[in-house]
Amino acid sequence: MIGAAAKKQHIVVINTGCANISSVKFALERLGVNVTVSDDLAIIAKADKVFLPGVGSANAAMSSIAQKQLSPCIQSLTQPVLGVCLGMQLMVSESEERVHQGQNNNIAENTPCLNLIPGKVKRMQVGDLRLPHMGWNTITTEDNSTLFKGIPNGTYFYFVHSFAVDVYEHTLASCEYGNPFSASLHKDNFFGVQFHPERSGSAGAALLENFISL
Amino acid sequence: MLARRIIPCLDVRDGKVVKGVKFRNHEIIGDIVPLAEQYAKQGADELVFYDITASSDQRVVDKSWVSRIAQVIDIPFCVAGGIKSVEDAGRILEMGADKISVNSPALANPDLITDLHDTFGQQCVVIGIDSFFNEQTNTYQVHQFTGDESRTKVTGWQTKDWVEEVQKRGAGEIVLNCMNQDGVRKGYDIDQLATIREACDVPLIASGGAGETHHFYDVFKQADVDGALAASVFHKGIIPIPELKDFLRAQGVCIRD
Repeated sequence: MIGAAAKKQHIVVINTGCANISSVKFALERLGVNVTVSDDLAIIAKADKVFLPGVGSANAAMSSIAQKQLSPCIQSLTQPVLGVCLGMQLMVSESEERVHQGQNNNIAENTPCLNLIPGKVKRMQVGDLRLPHMGWNTITTEDNSTLFKGIPNGTYFYFVHSFAVDVYEHTLASCEYGNPFSASLHKDNFFGVQFHPERSGSAGAALLENFISL
Repeated sequence: MLARRIIPCLDVRDGKVVKGVKFRNHEIIGDIVPLAEQYAKQGADELVFYDITASSDQRVVDKSWVSRIAQVIDIPFCVAGGIKSVEDAGRILEMGADKISVNSPALANPDLITDLHDTFGQQCVVIGIDSFFNEQTNTYQVHQFTGDESRTKVTGWQTKDWVEEVQKRGAGEIVLNCMNQDGVRKGYDIDQLATIREACDVPLIASGGAGETHHFYDVFKQADVDGALAASVFHKGIIPIPELKDFLRAQGVCIRD
């Protein structure tokens, strides 16, 4: 349960112009916290907790963030920030994802991201399996003090994506689909989840509560 | 491991959940938000809302229920019916739907699939296909406007070709509704689904024909589909979702707890 103090926090969902903003807002409201959706730099900077949501393509989302001149603001945040799905992917250095699926083999076209956490988003290599990786899959983590406190290994979360970050030093939780990949990232005050906690039933709600309670 | 999905489909007309046999004779099942909530609690992995008002009428349809569902539901859901443009899709997604499903309008204008993909990303573009097995020609044919008997027609597409086309254009998931089986609860069309599976590299959802728990096992095992959609067996309480999931788990199918 979220404590009374946590409920008084200013929670801001950054309006990245992406489509899953309502879902994230509604999920937080179900927990009883006050949520503001904003692209106002001053409001974001003053927040106790910040969400960076996103669905769609990395390129489109970064263009939207650039247009709103949000990058320096997000990069200077020191309070806990949680990137969700594409929002998590935007937190690393760059993404292989480009505007059109078919355009391959041009490294210069990688999308530069926010560089809050080192790392690169790559297209998933899944062999004969289907992409997008869509549905409920289990996570593995050694974290029992931050996002995954009280959430056992093998808990199902809802994923929808075709790109991912490999497992590396900043992986907080991993998942497997064809190959292992990062289900969650962490560096300093920046956290990210590849899955959708807002659509992951009670496990997702528990994770959001953990983040709000940080 | 990625779990196979159990997906109740709620046909919506004027904000109420209805169900008909072979797309006709609709009866009211109940109010949409409490039913959606109930399914989420029972362990449904995802929900599909198919607005049958929208697909056959020209008038503007009130979709405010999408937002009401998004507020209470903590599992993913998809909205189908009457989405004819990027603007239509944008409104539904902004209200909190995770995916939009397009059927007849994609057949009328295949560029719509490309535009939806480029605007919102592959992950939220679902293509619904109504496929009918024609015994005379021994082919699977795509039908259009199946929501309205007076407009229903056979298209020039064979199902496998259309499945390949929509994937080229950026579909993120395909729901294959096998019309011969729909509403009669005699099992999914395994032959057709297995055939289409071979041509489908994105998630494939089986629709039409679920009547007993073992039908779900058969379709996962024999047609390797990613999810199984059903309506009446859930609405009428013929198959309780927790029992179905226990059964499938006991048979070794990967199912979410």
